[in-house]
Amino acid sequence: MPMRRARSLVPLVGVLPFFAYLLLFLLIPTVVVIVGAFQENGSFSLSNIHALTNAATVDALRSSVVLSASTAVIGGLLGALLAAVIASAPETSLVRRAVLALSGSLAQTGGVSLAFAWMATIGLGGTLTTMVQNALSIDITASGWLYEMPGLILVYCYFQIPLMVIVFLPALDGLRPQWREAAQTLGANRFQYFTQVAIPLLLPAFLGSLLLLFANAFAAYATAAALVSQGSSILPLMIRAALTSEVVLGQQHLAYAIALEMIVVVALIMGAYAWLLRRSSRWMR
Amino acid sequence: MNARRLAVAASAMLAMTAVSACSSAPPSKSGGNSSAAATATSAADLGGMSKLVAAAKKEGSLNVIALPPDWANYGAIIKAFSDKYGIKVNSAQPDAASQDEINAAKQLKGRPTAPDVFDLGQAVALANTDLYAPYKVSEFDKIPSQFKDADGTWVNDYGGYMSIGYDAKKVPAVTSVSDLLKPAYKGKVALNGDPTQAGAGFSGVVMAAVANGGSADNIAPGVKFFSQLKKAGNFLPVDPTPATIEAGQTPVVIDWDYTNAAETAKLPSWKVVVPGDHPVGGYYYQAINKDAPHPAAARLWEEFLYSPQGQNLFLQGGARPVLADQMKSDGTLDTAAYKKLPPVKGTPVLLTQAQNTKAAAYLAKNWASEVK
Amino acid sequence: MKRWLRWLVLLVFAVYFFGPLLSMLDFSTKTGTGGRSGAAWKALVTNHEVLGAIGQSLLLCVTTVVLMLVILLPTMIWVRLRLPRLKRLIEFLCLLPLTIPALVIVVGINGVYAWVNYFFGYSPVVLTFAYVVLVLPYAYRALDSSLSALDVTTLAEAARSLGAGWLTVITRVVMPNLGAGILSAAFISVALVLGEFTFASLLNYQTLPVVIDLFGKRDAHVSVAAALGSILFASALLLLLSLAGTRSRGRKGA
Repeated sequence: MPMRRARSLVPLVGVLPFFAYLLLFLLIPTVVVIVGAFQENGSFSLSNIHALTNAATVDALRSSVVLSASTAVIGGLLGALLAAVIASAPETSLVRRAVLALSGSLAQTGGVSLAFAWMATIGLGGTLTTMVQNALSIDITASGWLYEMPGLILVYCYFQIPLMVIVFLPALDGLRPQWREAAQTLGANRFQYFTQVAIPLLLPAFLGSLLLLFANAFAAYATAAALVSQGSSILPLMIRAALTSEVVLGQQHLAYAIALEMIVVVALIMGAYAWLLRRSSRWMR
Repeated sequence: MNARRLAVAASAMLAMTAVSACSSAPPSKSGGNSSAAATATSAADLGGMSKLVAAAKKEGSLNVIALPPDWANYGAIIKAFSDKYGIKVNSAQPDAASQDEINAAKQLKGRPTAPDVFDLGQAVALANTDLYAPYKVSEFDKIPSQFKDADGTWVNDYGGYMSIGYDAKKVPAVTSVSDLLKPAYKGKVALNGDPTQAGAGFSGVVMAAVANGGSADNIAPGVKFFSQLKKAGNFLPVDPTPATIEAGQTPVVIDWDYTNAAETAKLPSWKVVVPGDHPVGGYYYQAINKDAPHPAAARLWEEFLYSPQGQNLFLQGGARPVLADQMKSDGTLDTAAYKKLPPVKGTPVLLTQAQNTKAAAYLAKNWASEVK
Repeated sequence: MKRWLRWLVLLVFAVYFFGPLLSMLDFSTKTGTGGRSGAAWKALVTNHEVLGAIGQSLLLCVTTVVLMLVILLPTMIWVRLRLPRLKRLIEFLCLLPLTIPALVIVVGINGVYAWVNYFFGYSPVVLTFAYVVLVLPYAYRALDSSLSALDVTTLAEAARSLGAGWLTVITRVVMPNLGAGILSAAFISVALVLGEFTFASLLNYQTLPVVIDLFGKRDAHVSVAAALGSILFASALLLLLSLAGTRSRGRKGA
């Protein structure tokens, strides 16, 4: 009896380095944030948690979720499409390598330079704006859509799509041609192969990548800060305002409370994702 | 079961030790802060300017923060200081706001990369006086009393007035704040920063308030003005930068007159106007970090900023140096640069700390909803 | 997929992605008087501070990728083989660094970094510890995509029945089959290190993005050239990496 119990503990040693590392560099910062969310003026207080129910904060939460979910889905689908296109190319193909290299670097773009690049294209006096103005006499900047949700979605996809390509391509690469051949010999047509073999196999990786894209957009703020610098319309901008405002002071703990809220939201989304996976992959181990 | 419980208990204790260790600071390796310069309240405490210069040169470098090169000519000031004394100036976080400077000082405390000196907006400056070391520069007595703390804990260095900058090639000339509501400015007017976050944005709202019947005590008309601006479709929520100005993405910018003036140097068609009969002014505050890693260099920097050379460099950047009147009567003022400043008429409006707090609270409640 | 359809899709994506880059190139080569000039680019590539920072950042890339692989890869394989119940926990932990904005992580990580500086000094390379954490979400997903396509359990059982120890299973049986995932994880790590600004700036380290940002402040055209230059530099580096990666790998696994 004792030997079996001792043996069940041994595998945990294998993950010890990982957890020790995370403890130092991730969990401690997270604990500091969570503890800070329940403090105000040096003592325990729920005032900042209560402040999360303000109209402005709820509005920012809604905008954040809408922005992140739509760019995750749009970016995910378009990224999967692009990944599928280059997955079919051989590994030594220059096009595949170039797309992958460009995707890697574009996945990390953002902030002031990305906002500037888009404004320089479709903003006031932008290259495309001028072209369309001269050719069709239409002012595409008229409604100011670039500085509202549609514009943010368009600009966010600029780094969401490459990110999807980078993290989803390995899954596509894992689809062995032997499986497709096996399905064909068993009498499946193309559609059946996709819906009954390829998609179920790719679904966990696809949903996992969508989850990553959601979290990526959820906490991104540098781009929105440059494009929509007025009004703190999304949660991370509220955090930035609370931590760095030189006009309204003393709000750090509100920032931690909002950060706690963000962690909870992502945990919930992850729960939904795990549930979805369990339901859809019941036949896979 | 015992082995598992033991393992869980051991890891929990390890975790708690790690957490408590990380909330306490490691033993300090550097003993430099016990030098004489760290407690000097004037150059005389060290035995005179030449001793201060020698001590600063010995330290060899200076950490500044939140000083963009084109803000009040700081690029030239940093270079002039560095060339004059041979001290390397490390300029960190040029885009940081005043609160970021304080955050950095607190987070990097005790490290050689902590900021030595601060250049802060009013609200943040007066809220963090316990972080500063008092110091009186040589010119301290010449500075008017309303621009300094009696002990030298903080001192105003330069100031300016809220202005409207516009590209004369792209929009018609602006003469007053209410001009901006006209259809010719549709989708073109940007404010430098959110008023609930940035001092420049905040003062922009005060300027709009004063121009529309409000005052330093009542900024509601200013918020209402921007709400109207947004409804007319003229308000651009973009954060204006030199790049957006020069690319024509933000043809009208409400900002301090010295920041707008810096753009005129790069874009000749950029004009700056300080509208109205009650220009809204604001001064910035200099302070030395109590735990500065280079205390002598920090004090030498202050001496440099308040010397005629330093103050004239501010002037050449379009900012109004705090010693301007004194230097005019001494004959050390750069009169050519002084003439280039945008004309200002009427009595300036300068907010007190109380008015600042009241306005900030009003903005925090109303700004976001008004400009949605 | 039909060939022409593939090229059409690529063309549409190319327009979307290259459009803004071309606009940046357009602005960075303009002069005030309406002409064209490469002065901004010339200033960028000849500045010795920028060039010096490149070396530091490249070193940081290497250390981050190596440490990330050492910490993450064996753990993920081990969990898949022996501790499947921990999978969700690890997945959530690997998503956490992405959820909390860097601005907030810095506040918490500051205490830890005081000790890191005490032991390891003040060179920018100590950012490796923080960067590995920042890169975890992306690396985890790329490696997991690759792992999920592999039947790790069968491979492991086969290897064990032939007498291999666990270390051999991980390093010589499973890892070689994860090439695509490892390459993707390395890609995103390199791109992150070359583009990460917030952490380095707030903790006051002079990495390439920080140096470039300060350098760009002097002139708008230079700042846009710097941003575009960073993207091109990272892409070129990744292209080189992919050339090296495919050449050194052997046959694809079963």
